Amino acid sequence: MCQDCGCGDTNLVPLEVQTRILARNDSVAAHNRAHFSERSIFGVNLMGSPGSGKTAVLEATARALRSNTLAAVAGDLATDNDAKRLEKAGIRTKAITTGEACHLDAEMVHRALHDFDLTGVEYFFIENVGNLVCPAVYDLGQAVNVVALSVTEGEDKPVKYPTMFAKADLVLLTKVDLMIHLPNVRMPAIEDALARVMPRPRIISISARDRFGVSSWIEWLSGRRERMNALILAAEHA
Amino acid sequence: MHEYSIVQSLVDAVEKSVKSRAATVQRIDVSIGELSGVDTGLLSTAYEVFRAGTCCESATLKIDRVPARWQCPKCSGEIGRGAVLRCPSCKEPARLMSGDEIILQRIELEVA
Repeated sequence: MCQDCGCGDTNLVPLEVQTRILARNDSVAAHNRAHFSERSIFGVNLMGSPGSGKTAVLEATARALRSNTLAAVAGDLATDNDAKRLEKAGIRTKAITTGEACHLDAEMVHRALHDFDLTGVEYFFIENVGNLVCPAVYDLGQAVNVVALSVTEGEDKPVKYPTMFAKADLVLLTKVDLMIHLPNVRMPAIEDALARVMPRPRIISISARDRFGVSSWIEWLSGRRERMNALILAAEHA
Repeated sequence: MHEYSIVQSLVDAVEKSVKSRAATVQRIDVSIGELSGVDTGLLSTAYEVFRAGTCCESATLKIDRVPARWQCPKCSGEIGRGAVLRCPSCKEPARLMSGDEIILQRIELEVA
C-alpha cells in the first residue's frame, strides 16, 4: 500500500529512460565514421533488393576509378560470391557472411575494418545484404546512403518501401538498358514515386553493362567526397 | 526480419537502465515510428519469444506507434500523406518531424 497517498501503487516506480534502442549500434557507427573521416575515406552504404545490381555498380565503379583507391565489404547471408566478384574487379574486399541476419549492423562492419589495410583508399563501399527493409534501420558509419533500384522492379517500389528511400541520399536507377523491353515502366512514374518518399530526390540512371551513366555516378561520388573533406577541414580549423 | 535484433537491443537497454536494482520490470513503453523500418506486430511477436529468461520476463510491452509527419521547414505547413515531399507554397523540401523513432521511453519497476 502506498505510504504517501494510499493509492495502492507505491511499489510501482516509473523510470523515464528516453533512449534510442539502437544506441549501442549508433555508438559503434560513430566510431566507424570517425575511422573513415580521419583517413578522408568516403563511406557509402549501398543498399537495394537482391539482384538490383549493387555488385555490378561497384564493378563499373572500379573500371571508372583507380581500383586501388576503392575498398569494400560485401554482406550476404551465405557465400562470398559478391566479394569474389569485387576482388576480381580490383577492389580490396572482405565478405561479411551474416548467416540468418537480413542486414549488416555497425558491429559487423567494425569487425571487418579491424585488419583492413586502408592505405590509399578514398572510397569504402559497404554492399549491404540484398533487402529493401532491414538495412535501412542500422547506421553503419557511412557518409551517404545509396539505393540501387533496378527498372525491372517496377514503378511503385519506392512507395511500397518508403523507409529505405526516405533515408537515401541518392537512388541509382540501374539496368536502364532494359527499359526498351519494359513498356509498362515509365520514367516519370518512377520519379513521381520517389518524390513522394524522398524530400530531396536525386536519381542517376545507370547501366553497368554499357557504362551509361557511370560518369554521372562518379561525378556525384567525388563531389560528395570533396564536400565531406571540406567539412572535416572546416571543423579542424573551427 | 530484424525485429529479433531490435528486441535484443531493447532487453539490453532495459537491463542497463535497471542495473542491480532489486526490482521486477513490470512494463516497458516504447515509441516506434511509422518510418523507422520496424514492424510493430513483428516486434510484439519477437518480444514474446525473446523475453523468457531475461529481466523482462514479467514485463508487458506497450508500443506507441508514431505516424510519419512531414513539414515545410520554412512555413511549417504540413505535407499530406502520400503527397510529394515538397512544400506546395515555398517549394522547400519537406522535413520529417516525427515517425523515424525507435525509442525506449519508460520502464515501470515493481520495487520489493
